[in-house]
Amino acid sequence: MIQVENLTKYYGVTLGVKGLNFQVEAGEVLGFLGPNGAGKTTTMKMLTCYLPPTDGTAKVCGFDILEQSMEVRKRIGYLPERNPLYVDMTVEGYLDFVARVKGVRAAARRGEIDRDIERCGLGAVRHRTIGKLSKGYQQRVGIAQAILSDPEILILDEPTLGLDPKQIIEIRQLIRDLGGEKTVILSSHILPEVSQVCNRVIIINRGELVAVDTPDNLRVRLTTSTVLRVALRDEAGSARANGVLANIDGVLHVKEEPPSAGVRTLIVESAPDRDVREEIARTLVGEKLPLLELYREELSLEDIFLQLVTEEVN
Amino acid sequence: MGKLGAIYRKELQYYFQSITAYVMIGVFLLLSGYFFYSIFRYYNYVSYQAGREPSIAASLNLIDGIMRPLMSNVSVVLLFALPLVTMRLLAEEKKQGTFELLLTYPVSDIEAIMGKYFAALTVFAVMLGGTILYPVMLAIYSNPERGPLVTGYIGLFLMGTSFIAMGVFFSSITSSQIVAGAATFVVSLFFLIIGWVAPFVGPTLSKIITQFSLLEHYDSFSKGIIDLQDVTFYVFLTVFFLFMTLRSLESTHWRS
Repeated sequence: MIQVENLTKYYGVTLGVKGLNFQVEAGEVLGFLGPNGAGKTTTMKMLTCYLPPTDGTAKVCGFDILEQSMEVRKRIGYLPERNPLYVDMTVEGYLDFVARVKGVRAAARRGEIDRDIERCGLGAVRHRTIGKLSKGYQQRVGIAQAILSDPEILILDEPTLGLDPKQIIEIRQLIRDLGGEKTVILSSHILPEVSQVCNRVIIINRGELVAVDTPDNLRVRLTTSTVLRVALRDEAGSARANGVLANIDGVLHVKEEPPSAGVRTLIVESAPDRDVREEIARTLVGEKLPLLELYREELSLEDIFLQLVTEEVN
Repeated sequence: MGKLGAIYRKELQYYFQSITAYVMIGVFLLLSGYFFYSIFRYYNYVSYQAGREPSIAASLNLIDGIMRPLMSNVSVVLLFALPLVTMRLLAEEKKQGTFELLLTYPVSDIEAIMGKYFAALTVFAVMLGGTILYPVMLAIYSNPERGPLVTGYIGLFLMGTSFIAMGVFFSSITSSQIVAGAATFVVSLFFLIIGWVAPFVGPTLSKIITQFSLLEHYDSFSKGIIDLQDVTFYVFLTVFFLFMTLRSLESTHWRS
């Protein structure tokens, strides 16, 4: 569906992205991960024909982004990062404008807009002014304009940025519903979001591709140890927990955090292929230590990044 | 053309569904109405004098006495009003980021620009159309010459088209409405008054300067003459600035 070949962008002398190569298959939901300034938005702007690449090119549905920009633009729905909307227009008026600009035939326009409004759950606000809607609804309007005219590919730049948790869940659900039927590229810097929604993840850092894989593979590949947090009530006897935990088979390392509010927290690292949670729980209870909490920390994007960058250096 | 129409429609909706167009058109008509009133009263006064002085009466006519000074005043009011109409066209979209989205739709740059240009032109046409009331009033009570009236309006309209093209251009090179408006105002003022120095700069330069003066080219229209050279000048200015807008859009694509 999308072939990116050696895509490079310099802003003057500043590097945007360098030598990106990847492919996106039809129906796939691809996550674009990276810290701010990594080049996610730059890549998306090039794929949507807003910025021309300095070098390299990309083909969208077989059309070149430079040579056949109109054909590419017809097939892409784009939600830019800041979700720019005409705030003076009503939801329906705006979608009508977008439909016209995207060249939806007059006969099909009404139906297209209604279906779009239905799909994005905008029925209740269709006659309201966009500027007066909540951020969650505005984001839905942004997605609605992107999927209007039924493009084959959706490019969503940080679609959940700045939303409250409930809205985030709703938007994610919407994207998941769209995936499968459409090819979706979405950027994010939130790992759980990507692992929930995407089939495959591309990680870029400082304009260069660092890794391409499924979220699960990435996590497995990058997990060098499992980190557990063990919380105990802070009392005289619990000080020996350190030693007890360190003696459990499979535990590599135990670190203690400064106690707060009567809770003593221990960070336990174990080998990635061994699950020592059960063993820890049994031992602590057996030793009559006041266990309050025990959970495994998921690897965060920050961790993955730190690891990937260190790997590169090594 | 459907896409050009969509953009035209959207811009026109912005003007007429908000208070913007009404304020601009209202203020413009208020000012031109005031000019008409004061010029008319003065003409009235002179006519009264002419009743006793036949030599004055011979040189009095409605075109030279009322319409020409009125239209020349109106052109100055346009100088202030049209930058206000055009300044937001592209600058605001650039600032809000909606322009980026617009350019990723299957719309060519020229459709986007022309849609906006024609929307501003429509607002201007309504403004100018409102002032037709004054010659109509004159025609009811007296008999002004039709020819110079029509050509005068054609001249004003052509002048407006070039002001608007300048406005669209300056709106395309900045994301600040104020800067766009101010630049349009200064440059169109410059083109309007550049002819003032013509008598003092030597014959060659004087000829060149006169060629660039908006007022100089307007003069023959107000006298009832349509000179191809004058029409060409306004059309050239309009096309030139619209072309520059197109170029500036392309450069936004390439640079940003």
